[in-house]
Parts: sequence; C-alpha cells; structure tokens
Amino acid sequence: MSVSLVLVVLMAVLYASGVYLMLEKSLTRVLLGFLLVGNATNLLLLIMAGRAGLAPIVGGDVTPEQMTDPLPQALILTAIVITFGVSAFLMALLYRSWRLSQGDSLEDDADDVAMRRRGDTSIANDEADSAPADSEFGADHADAPSATARGAAPDGDRR
Amino acid sequence: MNALVPLVVLLPLLGAAATLILGKRPKLQRIVTIVVLAAVLVVSSVMLGIVDATSPLVVEVGGWAAPFGIVLIVDRLSALMLVVSATVLLAVLIFSVGQGLADGDDETPVSIYHPTYLILATGVFNAFIAGDLFNLYVGFEILLVASYVLITLGGTQQRIRAGVTYIVVSLLSSLLFLASIAMIYGAVGTVNIAQISLRMDTIPVDVQIVLHVMLLVAFGIKAAVFPLSFWLPDSYPTAPAPVTAVFAGLLTKVGVYAIIRTETVIFPGTELNGALMILALLTMVVGVLGAVAQADIKRLLSFTLVSHIGYMILGVALGSAEGTSAAIFYIVHHIVVQTTLFLTTGLIERTGGSTSINRLGGLLRASPVIAVLFFIPALNLGGIPPFSGFIGKLALFEASAEQGTPLAYTLIGAGALVSLLTLYALVRVWNMVFWRPAADVAEYESPLLDNISEAPNTLLTQQKRSIPALMVAATGGMVAVSIALTVFAGPLYAVSSRAGENLEGPSFYVNLVFPGARDD
Repeated sequence: MSVSLVLVVLMAVLYASGVYLMLEKSLTRVLLGFLLVGNATNLLLLIMAGRAGLAPIVGGDVTPEQMTDPLPQALILTAIVITFGVSAFLMALLYRSWRLSQGDSLEDDADDVAMRRRGDTSIANDEADSAPADSEFGADHADAPSATARGAAPDGDRR
Repeated sequence: MNALVPLVVLLPLLGAAATLILGKRPKLQRIVTIVVLAAVLVVSSVMLGIVDATSPLVVEVGGWAAPFGIVLIVDRLSALMLVVSATVLLAVLIFSVGQGLADGDDETPVSIYHPTYLILATGVFNAFIAGDLFNLYVGFEILLVASYVLITLGGTQQRIRAGVTYIVVSLLSSLLFLASIAMIYGAVGTVNIAQISLRMDTIPVDVQIVLHVMLLVAFGIKAAVFPLSFWLPDSYPTAPAPVTAVFAGLLTKVGVYAIIRTETVIFPGTELNGALMILALLTMVVGVLGAVAQADIKRLLSFTLVSHIGYMILGVALGSAEGTSAAIFYIVHHIVVQTTLFLTTGLIERTGGSTSINRLGGLLRASPVIAVLFFIPALNLGGIPPFSGFIGKLALFEASAEQGTPLAYTLIGAGALVSLLTLYALVRVWNMVFWRPAADVAEYESPLLDNISEAPNTLLTQQKRSIPALMVAATGGMVAVSIALTVFAGPLYAVSSRAGENLEGPSFYVNLVFPGARDD
C-alpha cells in the first residue's frame, strides 16, 4: 500500500496540535482542538484508502485496478457530518457557558477540590489566584466592574 | 421474522420525529414516547423468544449481500440487551413523566426532552444490533449526541461544568474509535465485524495487538474502566435524576457490550486477557474506595457503578464460555439494580431536600415506601443472598475458580472484598438517611462519618417537594423487575449461558453472516 507522504505529515501535525489544544482548560481551544483532531482522523481514513486512482464508476473504461477505494470516502462523509453536528452543539455550549460566567474556562469539580483540600491546605490559596487568569475573556472584563459587564450583555440571563 | 429487527431502531427514530413536531402538545408527546418504547419492549421480547428458541436473526439492509451492505444481527446477547434496555428506558421515562407532571416542567424543558430521549434509545438499540463496526460507531454517536443534550439539560452553570467534562472525554473516545476503524480498514480492508474476524488471522500478531488495544481504549473510556473512569463520578451526579439513572444503567453497559464483541469475535486470541484481568481488579478496588469516601449518595452510586464495571470486565477477561455467561448475567442484573438505586435517590432528594448523608435523617419514619425501595436494591447490589447480585457474583467466582490461576484467585478475593465494601457504603447510607432520627442530624457524631468528604456548597438544602404516585410506581416497578431477576434467575441464567456458549470463539457469529466460512 503506497500513500502520500504529504498526507501523513499533515495528519501528524493536525493530531499533534489538536491534542495540544484539547488539553487546554479554555473551551474555545478545546473546540478548535476537536476540529483539528477530527480532521486528522478523516485524513487517516483517506490515507487508509491507499493509492489514489480514478473515479470508481462501473461500466466505463476504468478497470478495478485503476479505481480509488470509495468506501473510506463514504466513511469520511459520515464522520464529517457527525463532527459538524457536534461542533455546532459545542459552540452553543460554549456560548451558554460564557453567558453564565463571563468566561469559558472549565472549573474544577467542587467535590474533587474538597477532597484535595483535606490532604493539602496550600491548594485553597492557589485557587483564589488562578481562577480567572486563564480565561479567554478575562482580559476584556478585568477593567470593567462585573456588574456593568453583566448588565451590558443584551437580554442577559434572567437568573 | 427478520422484519422485526429494524423496528427497534425505526420506531424510536420515527417517534423522535413525531414528538419533535408535537413540541407544543406535551400530553400527546408523552403518550407517543411511552407507546413507542412499550412497542420496542414488545418487539424485543418477541425477538428474544424467537432467537432463543430457534436461530439468530440476520438482516442485510436494503438487500445488499453481506460484505458490501450493512448487516444487522440479533443473537441471544443482543436480544437480551435489547429487552433489558427497553425495560429500563420505559421505566425511567414513566418516572420522568411523573416528575414533569408534578413540577410543571421547569426542571426539564419538555419540548426537547422526549425527542432527545428517543434518539438516545435509538442509539442504544442501534449499537446492540450492529453487525458492522462503522454502524456500531454511528450507534455510539447517536446515543452520545443525545446524551450531551440530556446531561446539560436546562443549561445551569453546574450542569454545564459537569457536562463539559463528559462531552470532551466522550469526543476523544469517539475519535479514538474512528481512528481504530480507519486502522482496521487499512489492515484488513473491511468494516464488517464477521469479515474482520475472518481476515484478522492473516495479519501479523503485533499489528493485531495494536488494533486490539486501540479498540479497547476507545470502548474502555465509554465503559468507565480504570484508569479511564475518572470522568464518570464528576459528570453523572449533576444531571436530572432520571437522566442520571438511564445513563448509569445503560451507557456504560453499551461500552461493555462492545468490549464483549471485541474480545469474542474480532480478537478471540488470549494475548490481552491477563492485562484485562488486572484492569478489572483495579477498576473494582479503586471504584469502591471512591464510593466509601463519598457523602453524596449520587456520587457514591457513581463510584459503585465504576467499581461494578470491574466484575463485568473480569467475566470477559476470563475468555471462557462460563466467564462470558456470568458477565452477561451480571450486566442484566446491574443495569436494573443501578438504575433502580438512582431512581430511589431521586425520590430521596425530593423528600429530604438533599442527597448528602450528612444532611438527611429520619426518612424511615417520613416515608417507609422509599425506605423499602432503597433497601431491596441496596442489598441486591451489595450481593446479599438470595438476590441476583449474589447469583451473578457467584457465577463469576465459579468461572474464575475454573481457570484456577493465582491471578484468578486474587480476583475472587478482591471481588468478595469489593462486594463487602459496597455493602458497607450502602448500609451506611441506610443508617444515616433512614434510621437516624431527623432531630439528631445537626450535632450527630459517629465514626461512620469521620472520613467522608463533600464540597461545602452541597450543604445548601434544596426545596422539599411532594412525590407523585407515578414516580413511586415507576421505581416500584423497577424494584419488582429486580426481584423478578432473582426469582427467575434460573431461566435467565440459562439464556445467558446459551448466549455465552455462542460467544465461545468467533465461529458461531461469523457463520451467521457467512454460512460455512469457519468450521472450527
């Protein structure tokens, strides 16, 4: 099975950057990472089709040896549709999360923090410092009082 | 009779479309959803009868012959899983209808709840009848996307936080599954499970192991096998009670089902069985140690869920017909009992206004019915004879003893210990929540409560609410089903051991799709 080196390198780069982004706490980056990893996986499927060939239409002059394997392309199409739907949902989730907290970074589970705190008392202090700092939107609102920031949002959350 | 097979996917899918159209008419929506799931329950029970009495049902979708088209296969294992999941889905639906009627639907936006719930059912049923790895992936995606919506239902901050953990982890496992499918296609040139099994012998063993591990990691995340289980106790407890119940009962078991298929049909070799047994041991022990340290009942139950996945993995890892049979019986038992306990916790939350054992007390006097509904499944999960939990564990231990290796005996010991610790955690809940007088709660001191932790904000008591008869009836129905599993354990165990025998080696499954392709 011969494959294009360009595709393999591209896939590797997409996987590497995608996984790096998915490990971030910021949801925007997780979304971007998911898109990259999803496309890397689609490329992997394409690579598994083997050598590129002619359109697989039976009945023309094309012999089976010259055809491209069509199945991986069908699988990729399905995967693209699924990735599309999931990214749409993730964006809605991200927007909701931003509306609720004016920041999209993922918080720690409250019970986990309580469990950790029993073992190590220094965590409580660390947390107060680090909570808003790595937020994508933190900088925009840092200078404005939080009350006006909430009020400025159009049809803001009723709660 | 083959016409019945696609119905289990078609009915909920069409039902979802109908309920979406009926979004403005909640009463009609409820009726449609209940009728659809009841119909699926009837269809799958009929299929179980047919499959167990005669031969498995194989459908080639659209009339395209096997390796080219998609096959749907209902063998004994699939049929059994279909019946149990339809039962659980129906009971939980009735529970949530009761809850919705009482609360005026402010907790669960009813217009999207029913369609999403039916889509979830579609995904679960599709995964159980898929005879094609890519179709299994599509089934997983359907159920996962529906579960993303359900776990973030209402969009409160807490649910978004918990949901994001769940969603990101699930996305990663889906992509890993898709990548494994790509690699398997590259290695053997097919995605049909039976054909993969036929061709797997022709490729080098080291490549086989890579593919095997990739699939196991993808399914292991879904099934919450240690060390891929951390996401579960973080995300499940915050969802609405009926959603948590159905997730806990079904979603992880779909992962276990996929692991059974992987181990018996695609990679019947024994290379990884030792590793799986060690993972089963760690899953059992680490899970239950988490459960012992929890004060919140929902989190405690989520940890026991992880822990009991270990028992099922043990049965699969034994690689014998007896082990697989015991695992199948255990899955059926666990789906029912775990769902029941989560439903009962939903009732406790409404009566007591909290799910923390530090805050609850005197419920035995306040509501003896709930006490009974908690006590029976709690003993069942803890493995007290004569309940089905005891029978399932006994069967697993017998299958392990038959293998007779030191590792197998270690697992028997660990399994017994874990079942005692599960019982300890649940009996502590019983003592605190039901037996402790309500007046003592404020300054109660006991060594039982010394070493448990919870987040400070959970001490806020929620509003206490009345319990509609429908919710109690649904939970009572599930308790009745769990007792029926005990009373009819003989016939049930006979079915699961026939299912296990069919899964001893891939030839039975492969010959269903390609008759005569394997004669070993």
